[in-house]
Amino acid sequence: MQENVQLQVSGLKKQFGAETVLDGIDLSVHKGEVVVVLGPSGCGKSTLLRCMNGLETPTAGTIFLDGEEVTSGGKLITRLRQKIGMVFQSYDLFPHKNIMDNITLAPVKVQKRPKKEVEEQAERLLKRVGLWEKKKAYPRELSGGQKQRVAIVRALCMNPEVMLFDEITAALDPEMVREVLDVMLELAEQGMTMVIVTHEMQFARAIADRIIFLDHGHIIEDLDPESFFTNPNTQRARDFLQTFAYEKRRTNE
Amino acid sequence: MQDSGINVFFMGKNFLRLLEGLGVTLRISLIAVLLSLPLGILFGMFMTWKNPLAKAISRFYLEFIRIMPQLVLLFIAYFGVTRALGWNLSADVSAVIVFTLWGTAEMGDLVRGALISIPKHQYDSAAALGMNKAQTFGYVVVPQTLRRLIPLTINLTTRMIKTTSLVVLIGMTEVLKVGKQIIDANRFEYPTAALWVYGMIFLLYFLACWPISMLARKLEKRWR
Repeated sequence: MQENVQLQVSGLKKQFGAETVLDGIDLSVHKGEVVVVLGPSGCGKSTLLRCMNGLETPTAGTIFLDGEEVTSGGKLITRLRQKIGMVFQSYDLFPHKNIMDNITLAPVKVQKRPKKEVEEQAERLLKRVGLWEKKKAYPRELSGGQKQRVAIVRALCMNPEVMLFDEITAALDPEMVREVLDVMLELAEQGMTMVIVTHEMQFARAIADRIIFLDHGHIIEDLDPESFFTNPNTQRARDFLQTFAYEKRRTNE
Repeated sequence: MQDSGINVFFMGKNFLRLLEGLGVTLRISLIAVLLSLPLGILFGMFMTWKNPLAKAISRFYLEFIRIMPQLVLLFIAYFGVTRALGWNLSADVSAVIVFTLWGTAEMGDLVRGALISIPKHQYDSAAALGMNKAQTFGYVVVPQTLRRLIPLTINLTTRMIKTTSLVVLIGMTEVLKVGKQIIDANRFEYPTAALWVYGMIFLLYFLACWPISMLARKLEKRWR
């Protein structure tokens, strides 16, 4: 099992000024594993993801990807980031480039791959998410759900080994959430290693191999989804799950 | 129609002189614009510094130039500096200096606005794709900044062209001054000349600025 560890987080701490956001996180993500990170807002979920690809510098602790240290900074990080795809909550496509150019920019300019090969891959991926006919469109002409699907394709075109998803459906209209989640489910089935932050509980339960529950910068639950959703160990997690359940409370008369 | 003012354009070299006047206007404004662009870009980048001293300096410079009427700046450069320091600046040079100082301040503010309007998540997503700082700037930040900047810069150019008519007041013979001379010279023969001459000057300014405005609108549409 140890050999299969792709992403290794050890003793990760992150402080913003006096505020401690992450307080000693230890987490191993295995190859092909889908880890969903849950927790109340402000518990450090996004910060954890941002540390994993070096967008935030940890106050203490280390993160290794395939035995190389993400947290070492410098030149190495830009190389390592090519192995870690990330999709954000805000629509982060480049507004001045059309869909095809958005996707091919980094593989061609950063990875120095031949444009033709990248475009062929982009075509396959765009067709898979049903957006091939939008290849010449600009981001502003797409709906939120379409933009997020393109953002996923853009990250995938770098051939990453790990994908990080930071609440990517949080800003979407409810009817667009599904199309994005379907793409992620398909990715999971194909064996992509994924770390997902989400507020979609049904989805989390369906896609996760493992649920991590964060509270006040600590991992307080680390369970398979069935156990987590039916019988979590901590009261904190039970309270959290309770907020997503609606019961009929109105008493008649 | 024997006294139709339109005749003043055909007397002597009047029309040519008007065009030469326009040439003076355009020359001063274009030199000032060409100097303001690079200086303004540098100043705009300077304005985004977090350093309090840099902030205070850029704030003071921008406010000073904005609050002072350009005419006062022109007088200071042309008359004041000569008196105080003994430098004998020609009207030409004073005008270029003043309009460059003004253009740099305005351009700087445009550049600052364009730079800070690039959202943070654009930097993040570029970084997440493995781009280094130079690639992020070259492929993501600068193209977007330029797209926002070019229409605004062109508008600033037309404003500068129009404002250079102030140089009359430090004795330069630009298009408005030539027009006044033509009107004065023909006051008795052609009393309606004023309408024609000013009408023509209006047309000349329009012809100089309109294509530039159209270009701005076109770019704005394409790059929205």
